[in-house]
Amino acid sequence: MMRLYVEGVGLCGPGLDGWGESAPVLAGERDYVPAPVRVPPAALLPANERRRAVQTVRLALAVGAEAFAAAGRDPSGTATVFASSGGDGENIHQILSVLASSTRELSPTRFHNSVHNTPAGYWSIATGSRAASSSLCCHDDSFAAGLLEAAVQASSAQQAVALVAYDVQYPAPLGDVRPIGAPFAVALVLAPEGTGTAIAGLELDLRPATDASDFGPPALEDLRRGTPAARSLPLLAALARKEAASLSLSYLGDMVLKLNVAPVRRDEPPSTAGSASGAS
Amino acid sequence: MSANALSASALSASALTASARGANAWSANAGAGLRMPPLAISDFSVVTSLGPGRARTLAALREGRSGLAPCTFDAVPFPAYAGEIPELDNSPLEGELAAFDCRNHRLAALALREDGFADAVADARDRHGPARIGIFLGTSTSGLQQTEIAYRNRDPKTGLLPPGFDYARTQNTYSLARFVRSACDLAGPAFVVSNACAATAKVFASAARMIEVGVCDAAVVGGVDTLCATTLYGFHALGLVAVEPCRPFDVERCGISIGEAGGFFLLERPNDRHGPETVFFLGFGESSDAYHMSSPHPEGIGARLAMERALEAAGLEPAAIDYINLHGTGTPVGDAVEDRAVFDMFGDGTPCSSTKGFAGHTLGASGAVEAAFCALAIEHGFLPGSPHTRSIDPAFKSAYVSVGRAARIERAISNSFGFGGANCSLVLGRAA
Repeated sequence: MMRLYVEGVGLCGPGLDGWGESAPVLAGERDYVPAPVRVPPAALLPANERRRAVQTVRLALAVGAEAFAAAGRDPSGTATVFASSGGDGENIHQILSVLASSTRELSPTRFHNSVHNTPAGYWSIATGSRAASSSLCCHDDSFAAGLLEAAVQASSAQQAVALVAYDVQYPAPLGDVRPIGAPFAVALVLAPEGTGTAIAGLELDLRPATDASDFGPPALEDLRRGTPAARSLPLLAALARKEAASLSLSYLGDMVLKLNVAPVRRDEPPSTAGSASGAS
Repeated sequence: MSANALSASALSASALTASARGANAWSANAGAGLRMPPLAISDFSVVTSLGPGRARTLAALREGRSGLAPCTFDAVPFPAYAGEIPELDNSPLEGELAAFDCRNHRLAALALREDGFADAVADARDRHGPARIGIFLGTSTSGLQQTEIAYRNRDPKTGLLPPGFDYARTQNTYSLARFVRSACDLAGPAFVVSNACAATAKVFASAARMIEVGVCDAAVVGGVDTLCATTLYGFHALGLVAVEPCRPFDVERCGISIGEAGGFFLLERPNDRHGPETVFFLGFGESSDAYHMSSPHPEGIGARLAMERALEAAGLEPAAIDYINLHGTGTPVGDAVEDRAVFDMFGDGTPCSSTKGFAGHTLGASGAVEAAFCALAIEHGFLPGSPHTRSIDPAFKSAYVSVGRAARIERAISNSFGFGGANCSLVLGRAA
């Protein structure tokens, strides 16, 4: 059992323009209105890099910046975990198309942007962070894997860790064999102790089981099923409702990541956050 | 725990000035942290162009024999050398795992079979239970070559990929861990770390943390990278592929030779099954450059941070290190930066070498491969040399070993640096 605190959330999805705007929707206080994803420009990057930034980078930087701003924490000193089910589909499609053509001349930029850790690299450049950073993949369970790794890092080093999970679509023909729903990204700043910005305590436990109960808001169920990073929606809904909740995320088909969420009330010191206190 | 509060308004490009990227960044040492409880390397396997298994690898390392040869892979039209494993061409996976068939998983299967590694994992599975063994693997290529082939065989009318192409079990970056989890009949936590050429070093860090907090009791770490058109043409486009075999730290070095390789390690808490011959994983250090996607920080700040953090985690001073296995890919800039970082930290008294001249730069597999080389050097008492390196760059100051020799090595550090400014150093050694 690991016990952590959520200090900040960032969110970008279809009709979900940031955590602040979206929390009432996730809490069921406002209707969900689907809309095309609006990915903010990569404000953290210098102007020349901002123009060239690809969708995965813009998504990751947008949600990361929102989560760190809410957490009031310095991103240059915080370790990060990035999780994606497949990385930048458009970029790899372009590379594969060129390699299947008679020219076979790759763009150097396309090539170095083909690594799975491209958003992590730009995050480090944008924030000046020299902290540790891991970029994970676990196919459809990449969010759960990333959350597990981030929680383990925070528990092991007793330091804050940010998780950034994102997914974008593949164009055809890869999109035909690997359909992914709307682009979606989420960031969570996690800390081992409750600080003034903590919004919820979070207990995590990994168990062999197949009884995941990871349904989110009904209106968002297609999104949750369609985009691996959106498997975070049940957790996000629990955070948005500001009520104690238990849920379990499916992980590898034969395990579940059990989560207990306990809100931190603003009028109380965070150290009294009920069952998810930092004492262990 | 340090928590330098930063106001929301400061999170803009204009705030990211020299103070964030300069001196202040030295204090940004999240990920350094605490002492790491040592983990025993209960078993390991390695397969490179030097031949499958530890014995062939050891013989080549001792003899200074390189596995690099003119690149014939995929009929690349430019001159290059590569560390190729030809038996992968004609050894398709069969039976229950046939759906995973691709060059990367053929090599994974080979590396699992070699040195009785799969048997050691089966033994650990019986002792710990299948759900208590984690599978944390690295790769940068995964089975991308399978998709390259599929793209060349798209239906001319519909543009569709050929029937039978299995994205999830071949191209997807996770598929390597899924394959190993299935092949070894394990049921523990699994994922793939893919921070470019630091990937298979970083999985050691993940395993150490997972075991420390009790998520699992043992872990299979390491990984595989295989030749594919994307990496060959990609590094060529960057102007980083050497015409001749790579010559790390040579004054005339002009780039890398790409290799393919796989290596796996079984990590466990030390127990009475481990004896005086056991090599231990003692520490890891991870850092980010915060500089450029494909060029290292010119002062080697990220490289140095990774080494410092690894020694801190191992509880060792630089003087306790007997051998430094360099990242040393043979590029003009990369080698110069690493020389500077190593000299700044270790001076000119600690022997160091890059082993890229043996099996090439095995990209995402290099962390695991070079950890295996270090483990062999510790077990058998020798300093690996540097085939193809003829004249060490006179501007370099570190104690570079061109020709291997016998030497007692108690502790070694291995560096792996990758695109995106991802750095990871591992410390291996005898019990403290």
